[in-house]
Amino acid sequence: MDKFLTFTIVGLSLAAIYAVIASGLVLTYTTTGIFTFAHGAAGMLAAFAYWQLRFDWGWPVPVCLVVILGMMAPLFGMLLEVVVMRGLRGTTDTVKLVVSISLLLFMIGLAQLIWAPGVSRPMSKFFASSPTIHLGPTTITWHQAITIGVAIVVGIALRFGLTRFRVGLAMRAAVDDPSLSALNGARPNRVSMVAWALGTVLAAIGGILIAPNVTLDAPSLSLLIVSAYAAAIFGRLRSLPLTLLGAIVVGLTDGYLTGYLPQNQYLIGLRIASPAVLLFLVLLVLPNPRLRGRMTRSREFFPMPSVRGALTFAGVVVLGGVVLMTTLSTPDQLTYGRIFPIGIVALSLVPLVGFGGQISLCQLSFAGIGGLVMAHLGHGGDPLALVWAVLIAAAVGALIALPALRLSGIYLALGTAAFATILDRWIFTLPKFAVFGWFTVDLFTQGSIGVDPLRAFGTKFDDPGSQIVIGAVAFALVSLFVIAIRRGRLGRRLIAMKDSEAACATLGMNLLGTKLLVFAISAGVAGLGGALYATQLTTIQAGNFDLVSSLQVFALAVVGGIGAVGGALFAGISLYAVLPLIGVLFPSIVQWVGLLPGATGIGLGRDPNGAVHPMREGFAPLAGSPSSLLVMALALAALYGLRLADAIDNWTFVIGLFVIPLIATAVATLSAATRQRVLAQLESSPDRTPLEWIGIDRPWTDADVERLDRELGTTSVLASELELHGTP
Amino acid sequence: MALLEVSGVTVRFGGNVALDDVEFAAEPGLVTGLIGPNGAGKTTLFNVITGLLPPSHGQVRLDGRSLTRLSPTKRARLGMARTFQRLELFSLLSVRENIWVAADVRKGWSHDRDDPATVVERIVEQVGLTAVADARVDSLPTGQCRLVELGRCLATKPKVLLLDEPASGQDENETVVFAELLRALAADGMAVVLVEHDVHLVMKVCAQVHVLDFGRIIASGTPSEIQHDEAVLSAYLGTNS
Amino acid sequence: MTQPVTMPPPTVNLLEFRNVHAAYDRIDVLFGIDLAVPSGSVVALLGPNGAGKTTTLRVAAGLHPVSSGDVLIAGRRVNGTAPEELARRGLCLIPEGRGIFPNLTVRENLRMMTYAGVSLSAVEEEAYRRFPRLKERRRQLAGTLSGGEQQMLAMARGLATRPALLLLDELSMGLAPIIVEELYEIVAQVAREGVSILVVEQFASTVLGVADLAAVLVHGKVAKVGTPAELADDLSKAYLGA
Repeated sequence: MDKFLTFTIVGLSLAAIYAVIASGLVLTYTTTGIFTFAHGAAGMLAAFAYWQLRFDWGWPVPVCLVVILGMMAPLFGMLLEVVVMRGLRGTTDTVKLVVSISLLLFMIGLAQLIWAPGVSRPMSKFFASSPTIHLGPTTITWHQAITIGVAIVVGIALRFGLTRFRVGLAMRAAVDDPSLSALNGARPNRVSMVAWALGTVLAAIGGILIAPNVTLDAPSLSLLIVSAYAAAIFGRLRSLPLTLLGAIVVGLTDGYLTGYLPQNQYLIGLRIASPAVLLFLVLLVLPNPRLRGRMTRSREFFPMPSVRGALTFAGVVVLGGVVLMTTLSTPDQLTYGRIFPIGIVALSLVPLVGFGGQISLCQLSFAGIGGLVMAHLGHGGDPLALVWAVLIAAAVGALIALPALRLSGIYLALGTAAFATILDRWIFTLPKFAVFGWFTVDLFTQGSIGVDPLRAFGTKFDDPGSQIVIGAVAFALVSLFVIAIRRGRLGRRLIAMKDSEAACATLGMNLLGTKLLVFAISAGVAGLGGALYATQLTTIQAGNFDLVSSLQVFALAVVGGIGAVGGALFAGISLYAVLPLIGVLFPSIVQWVGLLPGATGIGLGRDPNGAVHPMREGFAPLAGSPSSLLVMALALAALYGLRLADAIDNWTFVIGLFVIPLIATAVATLSAATRQRVLAQLESSPDRTPLEWIGIDRPWTDADVERLDRELGTTSVLASELELHGTP
Repeated sequence: MALLEVSGVTVRFGGNVALDDVEFAAEPGLVTGLIGPNGAGKTTLFNVITGLLPPSHGQVRLDGRSLTRLSPTKRARLGMARTFQRLELFSLLSVRENIWVAADVRKGWSHDRDDPATVVERIVEQVGLTAVADARVDSLPTGQCRLVELGRCLATKPKVLLLDEPASGQDENETVVFAELLRALAADGMAVVLVEHDVHLVMKVCAQVHVLDFGRIIASGTPSEIQHDEAVLSAYLGTNS
Repeated sequence: MTQPVTMPPPTVNLLEFRNVHAAYDRIDVLFGIDLAVPSGSVVALLGPNGAGKTTTLRVAAGLHPVSSGDVLIAGRRVNGTAPEELARRGLCLIPEGRGIFPNLTVRENLRMMTYAGVSLSAVEEEAYRRFPRLKERRRQLAGTLSGGEQQMLAMARGLATRPALLLLDELSMGLAPIIVEELYEIVAQVAREGVSILVVEQFASTVLGVADLAAVLVHGKVAKVGTPAELADDLSKAYLGA
């Protein structure tokens, strides 16, 4: 009984924290319609700030609390609203998701910039030195008591604020009917600013309360929020009382698992993953949403890729791989080589998200499965293991898709995020286990597992250079595959489905089958990327395939342009070429690099067509000018020759690689423009006739007279009038 | 027995009754009109018939077979097609591709040997969109978008065609052509159900008209009967009888 | 806060549409509306379903953008002004159906009205004076009121916030004739106090005796302007083609 009470209290104090955080989430979501993945990160930043003020600088507790909860958190919330959230009204779910995920990444980057990771930052609990309170047969620490007390106070204060203050009423009114609220005269911007400020304060309270129980680590603290998300889902992101109930369920589950879970190495991870498991389960029992037409019209424009363009793209990618192999030193090859396997993982998102409009935040988990298959079945570099990697990842993808299919938008995002969490916190940490006595599986043997390099055609590809080329070839082939999907039946079906599921269903399309197929294809492609990634890494661990990495790839692929293969390459290049390059070029700002993926996502995530689209438009004139194209190819080949002969170094080479295509494009654009102008001149030549020639080669018109008057500054007498009256 | 039969359909949203014991039928070869003031429940009725919205009570039958428990997809495959008042086009695809998707879906499950490409060309011509066949649908004016939706329905070879305000956004000339098209489709043996605000069009092409008001059918009859029905006049004009 | 609209001289149009076009997505709804509400008068906007009546009101209240043309209030161009700013300057739109917040209590609904610049006590006094039933139900959630009571609560905003311009969208929708009569009795009272009113109705008969002028809207255009009685025949033609 004592034990039961003890763990009830443990569970309730967790529940209290989740309730506080989740109510902030519900508040911002209902009043502004934006579900923010960065909510937990706000709590994380507050926890770090509290550590800084309280434990590093030794300020007194009340001062710290006033500064953080009274000033920093609300200001930060308002800043978020003004800078980021306000611009998201009326955008699609995907855009909102990408921006809030980018915000999460940015805030993690910010925390790691200010507070270097890997340093131990202990935080003591509130009144840690005071004796525990005796409560009948059990005891409760002051920290637990305060946590529960704070949650109760927050609950009462929220209730009070939402019923007694006019702005609180306006927040609830906005949930009922935002436009009617405006008709009453409530300013929506102000209301949502208050909502974000309040939401951020709630996240901050939760962050400060939870931090002493766990290690102060930016990514894990930010994602601890999955637990709060689970609580909020109980209330379908709308109801505060049900959210409270959800928080209690999630908290108590965690508490009782801590107390009663058999001391079994297989189940340790289950406790850590339990909120994600609950989140997944709750998503599954939510009532089936009705099929609806589109809510927000997107302004996407994904042109149909041409066969020639596809082949050119694939060729350039392979050439790029060869160039990287021949010009880079081995350590550099190790860094830049990841462009392609991660690029393939990003490619896996193109049919799924770009064409089909489904969302998945667990592509790296599928990649992890591919990597594991490679490690276990690819002994001696058996290429057949790649096939297995694809098939097994695809099978798992389909399995996951099956329950996830009835979800869409934000719920699908949360479901896949929960799956990623379950995998990386529990499944990937499992020790050796037997599957129905058939065979034993030992996923990540000692936390990490070695992967043999590929062997094919009697050659062992164990050097990073040849692995780059293999990656590039694989990327090129998968790109062609994805383009073939786009050009074929499946692609059109997916695009149709993305535009209107209601229309597809009423035309007789099997939506479930189509979604299942695209999920399986996507997971298979991600599995291939993961397998190749694993051979490059040579040893892999669960951490290579975690949720945060998935989020990064997702955000950057969308920023690059999720509807085209170029967007995937953009994601790979951004992560494994641009970021390291910036670090090398500008060592002074190397620590800022961590902010970049998030910052680009926040800045560019709003253009549904992605960053690659305008780039391709910019280079379009090249295609129409064979001469420029030829000269460019020759110049690039010469440059490459010079580099191979060591006549120039890599820097000159890279600069040349950028400058030559730009010059060629500029020349092509100019010549096209000149041609156009000449044509235009020919067409409008009458107007260009010199003044003295007017009326000589053809009869006078009224327009000619007007022009003459205009240019000579005389008063107008029209030609027609001249004829009428004879003499002026 | 009518091809499409709706009997006793009731839909409640919370405390509001959107449809109240609606009965109506559509015969093959005829255009059946469904009119009524705003919010009378016309689109809701279409959603119930096509399976997008489960009714609280009532039955929908096609060829005597109850559809009530079938998904929208299954119903479509049994011969039900509809257009949408709010236009649910595949905006990233061209006119041809929009219709092609529908034809391809049909080919996927049916035993038709028809090549989707041929079907598409025939339909594009039938609905009069040849000139814009390769244009992306989001560049077209509304009137033509309505025709694309109609073409998409035709590609599924429907028995019952439900049209939700197909003439809104069409100009007068387009409406005249459209009326001819509707008659031709009905003459081919389809049961066409027309929800339309353009009462002139309804009166011109419909054999039978049902009037929906506050979720109830308040009158059924030929166009001229409807035009002189007291209940209809009071629903539309508010004359307190 | 912003100044309320000052009452212009009586000959001036308080609300004026000049060749207003509007569209939903790409579906055009208004094709050049020209309409004026002279100061202190009641104008009824009649017409069949889908003619664009509600859109016309939404455009005037700033809820829906104008694709081209101008909306003028008291002679000033207000295209693109946010609805909350117009509301604070004395425009009041009572939308069709439910003009209330169902999950707020009656009193909380009344409190939302104070954004228009009137004190809560003044709002309550006025609302309870006109609709004593609301006082009995002030602690009740507005969503649990009867249809008529909900419409009274919605209407209370048009009275208690003392607007200069009142826009009413289908007050009668879904209500028993006796309640409709009651509501229009109040509209007439408000009109006598000098408030300019634009009222949208499907039923010409409902606004007989209340409206000074009526306009028939067909296919997004004003087809005819006259007194409500003059227009009754045109209406039945527009509705039923008879």
